[in-house]
Amino acid sequence: MHNFAYARAADLGGALRLVDQPGSQVIAGGTNLLDLMKGGAARPDRLIDITQLTALTQIHELPSGWVRVGALATNSDTALHPLVRERFPLLSQALLSGASPQLRNMATVGGNILQRTRCDYFYDTGFEQCNKRHPGSGCAALHGFNRYHAILGASDSCIATHPSDMSVALVALDAVVQLRNARGARQIPLNDFQRVPGDTPQIDTELAHGEILTAVDLPLNRWGRHCAYLKLRDRASFAFALVSVAAALDIQEGVVQDARVVLGGVAHKPWPVPEASDLLRGSAAAVNRFREVAEAAFRGAVPRRYNAFKVELGKRAVVRALEMAASIQETA
Amino acid sequence: MRKNEKPHLQVLSRRDFLQSAATAATAASLPVTARAEPAKSARSAPGSTVACTLRVNHSVHELTLEPRVTLLDALREHLRLTGTKKGCDRGQCGACTVLVNGRRINSCLSLAVMHSNDDIVTVEGLAQASGALHPIQSAFLHHDAFQCGFCTPGQLCSAVALIDEHKASAAQEPLSEAGIREGMSGNLCRCGAYPNIVAAIREVASRA
Repeated sequence: MHNFAYARAADLGGALRLVDQPGSQVIAGGTNLLDLMKGGAARPDRLIDITQLTALTQIHELPSGWVRVGALATNSDTALHPLVRERFPLLSQALLSGASPQLRNMATVGGNILQRTRCDYFYDTGFEQCNKRHPGSGCAALHGFNRYHAILGASDSCIATHPSDMSVALVALDAVVQLRNARGARQIPLNDFQRVPGDTPQIDTELAHGEILTAVDLPLNRWGRHCAYLKLRDRASFAFALVSVAAALDIQEGVVQDARVVLGGVAHKPWPVPEASDLLRGSAAAVNRFREVAEAAFRGAVPRRYNAFKVELGKRAVVRALEMAASIQETA
Repeated sequence: MRKNEKPHLQVLSRRDFLQSAATAATAASLPVTARAEPAKSARSAPGSTVACTLRVNHSVHELTLEPRVTLLDALREHLRLTGTKKGCDRGQCGACTVLVNGRRINSCLSLAVMHSNDDIVTVEGLAQASGALHPIQSAFLHHDAFQCGFCTPGQLCSAVALIDEHKASAAQEPLSEAGIREGMSGNLCRCGAYPNIVAAIREVASRA
């Protein structure tokens, strides 16, 4: 690992002043950042350790009834927190499907959102072509081994996927991220915070220089237990998703009132299927309707050489996840 | 080698050789003292060092480290606690698993200076001071839960944490085989000793 300067912030004000300086990079759990630094894909001049800001580890209910998850809450603590388990079981499921127990004990909610793609061509500095590392250099994955890459919302500049499971659930739950800088605060829906690559794939999110992601807010919801996170991967556990689906249904007296379907492992960010609401609202939760959602979800898919399988896999995963959310028994 | 026992011969091991290329650091072992709070803020320039207190297996060590030294390297290269293994060094294999404040983490993906005053337990700290093995260590021996042994320190620390986590969850059911396999998914064993590892953990979990 290269040499860097280190500063431990004692409070949020101090952290914001430090982060505002050029070359600064926040470190919390470190599970992604140190991995990137060991490979040379990240070379920050100075790390700002924010782990002493213990107020940001809190998970609590706001006066509005929303739940605020501090950016420094670990993935384990978040998944097991009573408020999260009770009101957002989808988030618990997604978190527990990600990484390993050791990594979940280290990784934070903020870092999970801000983690970078696991595209091998981004990670491996032996490849000169990577528009994320060197804007304008090209994308080695376009004609490389792109089994894990995006089929929705990608561009010729970048076909990387976002690796987070948690974020997929958070988008389905209409989460809002809280941002702070030395001058003030702002909030932005997570779905607008994470970006599609376009011709600037080096920019993953709307986080501006000098800002710290301080919390994620979760609104009230009517999904109850009618939600499911289905993750499909190359081994039974501890692997990134080939395709994942967060599905949530509001079912009142057998009739669907509202629905959310968000895909993971297929795009540069969690990929919502906005058609799901209209296609399912007013109907009984039924498999034929779920298939329509699945078709809509992948209508614009652009598969690459090694990942065409994701289209059919993804469609079936959508149907299956909706069945699980509706608690419908498996169909033939 | 037991504590306080000096080696007969001063031979340059592979580890010593590798260490000679590593960053210089000072280390001193001190008796256990009252837990001090880490300095609330600290700063260093690139290439400079940071003072850091590591509490490992009930011993306190005052170290001066470059910020880039991982907890794993601090344990192995600076404190000579080589029980914790460096497998992939990228958080994928679990050989470096240690317990920090009672929780299992990958010590390879964590900076030592970020663990000042944390309570760290490595595989060397699992057995009692009397030398009596931790139940999970005995069970690994009894079930022949390893072949080459390289992943074993990480497996042991991870298993201790898994059993504690299950107890803390107040789950009614005992740890199932599937639960153990999922709970140990962060520890790879290239020899494939998984069936015996699962059996060893099951035995201890059922007694816990």
